[in-house]
Amino acid sequence: MAETFQVAIVGSGPAGLSAAARAAMLGMSHVLLEKTDHLSDTIYKYQKGKHVMATPSNLVLRSDVDFDAGKREVILGLWDEQIAGHKVNVKYHAEVAKIEGEKGAFALTLRNGEVVQAAAVVLAIGTQGNPNKLRCPGADAPMIQYQLDDPGEYYDEHITVIGSGDAGIENALGLGADPAQRNVVTILNRSADFARAKAANVALLEEAEREGRLIVRRETEPAEVLNGELLLSTRDGQEAIRCDRIIARTGSQPPRGFVEGMGIEFSSPEPGAFPKLSPVFETTKPGIHVIGALAGYPLIKHCMNQGYDVIEFLNGNADLKPADEPILAEKFGALPGNRSVEEWLEVFGQNILILNDLSTLQLRELMLDSTCHAYDPGDVIFRRNDPGSSMFAIAEGSVAVEVNPADPSITVAIEQGSIFGEVGLISGRRRGATVRAAEPVIALELSRTAALKLLATSPGAARAVNAISVERQLLQMFGSGLTKADVAPLVASAEVMQARAGQVIVTEGADDKDVFIIRRGSMIVEKQIGDRPVFLSYLPAGSYFGEMAVIDGSLRTATVKAAIKSEVIRLPGEGFLALLDANPTLREKALADMAGRRATNAFIEGQKDSFSSAVDMYSQTAQFLVDNGIGEATDVLLIDEKLCIGCDNCEKACADSHDGLSRLDREAGKTYAHLHVPTSCRHCEHPHCMADCPPNAIKRGPDGEVFIDETCIGCGNCQRNCPYGVIRMDAKPPKKPSLLQWMLFGSGPGPGEAPYSWRKKKAEAEGAPKAKLAIKCDMCSGIDGGPACVRACPTGAAIRVAPDKFLTFTKLTEDVE
Amino acid sequence: MASAAKNRFKQDEKRRDSDHVSFLKHRKFRWLWIALALSAATIAGYALIDQQPRPNGGTWYGYTLGTIGLALIVWLSLLGVRKRRINPGAWSLKAWTSAHVYLGCSLVVVGTLHTGFQIGWNVHTLAYVLMLLVIATGIYGVVVYATLPASLSANRREMTRAQMLEALTAIDRQLESAAQPLGRDEADLVIAALEQDTFHGGALARLTGRYPRCATARALRGMDSGSEAATRVTALLEKRRNQLAQIRGALRIRALLEVWLFVHIPLTIALIAALAAHVISVFYYW
Repeated sequence: MAETFQVAIVGSGPAGLSAAARAAMLGMSHVLLEKTDHLSDTIYKYQKGKHVMATPSNLVLRSDVDFDAGKREVILGLWDEQIAGHKVNVKYHAEVAKIEGEKGAFALTLRNGEVVQAAAVVLAIGTQGNPNKLRCPGADAPMIQYQLDDPGEYYDEHITVIGSGDAGIENALGLGADPAQRNVVTILNRSADFARAKAANVALLEEAEREGRLIVRRETEPAEVLNGELLLSTRDGQEAIRCDRIIARTGSQPPRGFVEGMGIEFSSPEPGAFPKLSPVFETTKPGIHVIGALAGYPLIKHCMNQGYDVIEFLNGNADLKPADEPILAEKFGALPGNRSVEEWLEVFGQNILILNDLSTLQLRELMLDSTCHAYDPGDVIFRRNDPGSSMFAIAEGSVAVEVNPADPSITVAIEQGSIFGEVGLISGRRRGATVRAAEPVIALELSRTAALKLLATSPGAARAVNAISVERQLLQMFGSGLTKADVAPLVASAEVMQARAGQVIVTEGADDKDVFIIRRGSMIVEKQIGDRPVFLSYLPAGSYFGEMAVIDGSLRTATVKAAIKSEVIRLPGEGFLALLDANPTLREKALADMAGRRATNAFIEGQKDSFSSAVDMYSQTAQFLVDNGIGEATDVLLIDEKLCIGCDNCEKACADSHDGLSRLDREAGKTYAHLHVPTSCRHCEHPHCMADCPPNAIKRGPDGEVFIDETCIGCGNCQRNCPYGVIRMDAKPPKKPSLLQWMLFGSGPGPGEAPYSWRKKKAEAEGAPKAKLAIKCDMCSGIDGGPACVRACPTGAAIRVAPDKFLTFTKLTEDVE
Repeated sequence: MASAAKNRFKQDEKRRDSDHVSFLKHRKFRWLWIALALSAATIAGYALIDQQPRPNGGTWYGYTLGTIGLALIVWLSLLGVRKRRINPGAWSLKAWTSAHVYLGCSLVVVGTLHTGFQIGWNVHTLAYVLMLLVIATGIYGVVVYATLPASLSANRREMTRAQMLEALTAIDRQLESAAQPLGRDEADLVIAALEQDTFHGGALARLTGRYPRCATARALRGMDSGSEAATRVTALLEKRRNQLAQIRGALRIRALLEVWLFVHIPLTIALIAALAAHVISVFYYW
């Protein structure tokens, strides 16, 4: 029988490497299992010369392997050298297929059938997952590859690309680009059209097909991989084609299924959840440990520290303090009371209800992304209309919410252990009320990312936040005068509903009687007039609808549907009526609101006869803007092309206001009736770019702008996640000569973004190349006068608007000339 | 900090809510009213003030008008700098353009009154005539700025300039392979069309949109529609002609929007030179 290692480490990324190096240094018997033939595959696959960043800079690196920011090649070279130097036992081509056994005796079966025995397992496999294999006989044939690094290296081959996404199309186009390579390239698509790919890629593919540069086979699937041939199953039966190489790009399988298969529990069924871990990274399956990105720590330094720590714990070192100890000590240092890190963690973990379920490890991590505050009585914590998407939790003391903007003396208390600010987090809109400390307060401010991670990983916290937010939204919607007891029955019967973009919530003419509150996202109201729908109004998060039918018992007078992916709270009509009956002032307010909406409807309908074209224009323009994602914007650049002379002064001003790179593309984008939506950030209510930022560098600033701070590591996730293509990756260009020098002596490239060639030449002359980082609009935060694009427009064509202000009849039909 | 954020919020809300009017209508024609008031005041002054021996640039009122005119001209010419210098300062280029247009027009009144209607063959009149020419070209600019942008936008059909050229390249690639079976003469016509510089024709063609030597049009005329290949090539040539028409349309409108600047700005520089000569000579011979 083979040797039983003390520890088997699966995955040789930064976490696995660091763990293996520590095990080697401690003299533990170990094996590092890597599925490819090189270390650290994720970083290996970065593009050539990519600058790898080392954030957070305040975190000390605790590892036997060195790491500092630098080029991919330098880092990989250093690791190869040090892993060899530490005499780490690395086993390449060792993809683990399954792990069985119990603590002390695990059997790791590799893909090739070999079995590795180990007393403990450290999983450091990251979150990339494995590419989906072909689901047909012969799927293990050596001619199948799942990655295409350089399309230029293949000649005289018959190559079949399988997969109809962007990756597959781009690979096929690359392989067929140069006729001199004499490749016969075929791309297979299971369905008739390429619905998952970008329109631009599909257009290129179709053009290449017309020109005969490659063969596109639709409604075709691989049936069997044979030697030198591929059997296809088509609409008209089976057919064999010559095939020397298969590039399979059919997506990848997240590692969760594999991990759960070992008996490891995750904290929740949400896709963003991570495995449940003890303070020593042990999973619910004793003996198996999880570290690195799979544990929820995507940054290289975190991963390496955990690799070191997990091996120390396994080796019996119980006194090791986590590497983040000094950071937490500094965070807590500002708080009064002189308590230790452990004491503070206990205060926060026990006093704050939504944190009760967290493990120490989770709590520490949460603290890293959060800010601790101490307030004196009367201190303002935030003001009404401040932008903010963070959530606050009260560890000690209580706060007062000013519910009536006209009279700050009317307040509602929120007690110790509860939360506030959650409306900003959920709706993405500005703070609804000013909050002050009522007594000395110790509060924890959870950043948007930290709060969302908490909600995704702790079902208890999610339920608690949900209930509180529905209650508060009701109280806020109905203004002052209501108490928690008044709305309690309604809260109990409320139901949170998800709505995808375009989903109809209320249908014109129907006789259902529910009332809805928009919790996040936005809705549009439409009415069928004559033979087509006419856009009536736009409803942002925080508004309610559906009350008319309840109050006067009529049929639904208009259709309401989601402008973007939204969440609504559904309240049963009877409960709403009961609440109105009990509160006469509330009824009056509802009736007044109702009269307002009736007036809008009547106005549009009245206009329909006399100014039919104006109504059409309004309705279609509004629909066009909503289709272009304006519904989720908070501040969006529009260009009135009846005024735009195409001088590009907006782009030049943008570049000159921000390090010499323009953050907007005026010409690109859609246009309807001379209203143009250029490629430029809309500062979404729920920014897509924030979804997956490893260093949490994307934040919402004091003026509501979504910006990227200096901790950006240049990974490009935000660029890929932005549906509007407004983020670019580029290096900060060298400084240009001044405007005067250009005007008088013609030196330098002049105002605006310097041409790429100038930037490159100048940067080379200046020495060390700079890292390509993500750049995007920051709404000219900190610049006197506001957005430069608008200020620099000579004719008034460039405007920045908010949808709730702009999507109105007057705005969309006004004569601007 | 909180109060600063609050101010910016109010300012942002105002911008998000209302600031959607052209430079001509800016702030309910504020600069038009100021320019009219300036003109009316100078005319009234001219009519009411008894200038001895006669209305002339050399009376105290004449000097006043001259100083106003000179100050205006210098300030108006600074628009070129303002446009290229975005920061610092909370100014708006639209407001500057609005003021530039209306105050520039009022110079016709101020300048003319300053002459006292004494016109002759001298450097003084040269400055006056240059000023009128600059204003005339400027008025052309205002007219095209107000009328052409809509057609620029319509011609674009959501394509960027780069995309228009890419579309042409894509047609050319198809044309090249489709033309392979053609005979010598027809193939030569297609080759000539493909080889011709997209931007040929010079300034006149660009401004008029007429390209008499367009090889694509010539190739279309020379195509026989006999063979299948010729039909295919004809269809592609038509596509090419339409794509060229879009590119040329964009070039033409851009040229019309910009051509006046090539007169307006050199004339402004000449005006400033003549003005300097005018002022120096007046003080020299005082």
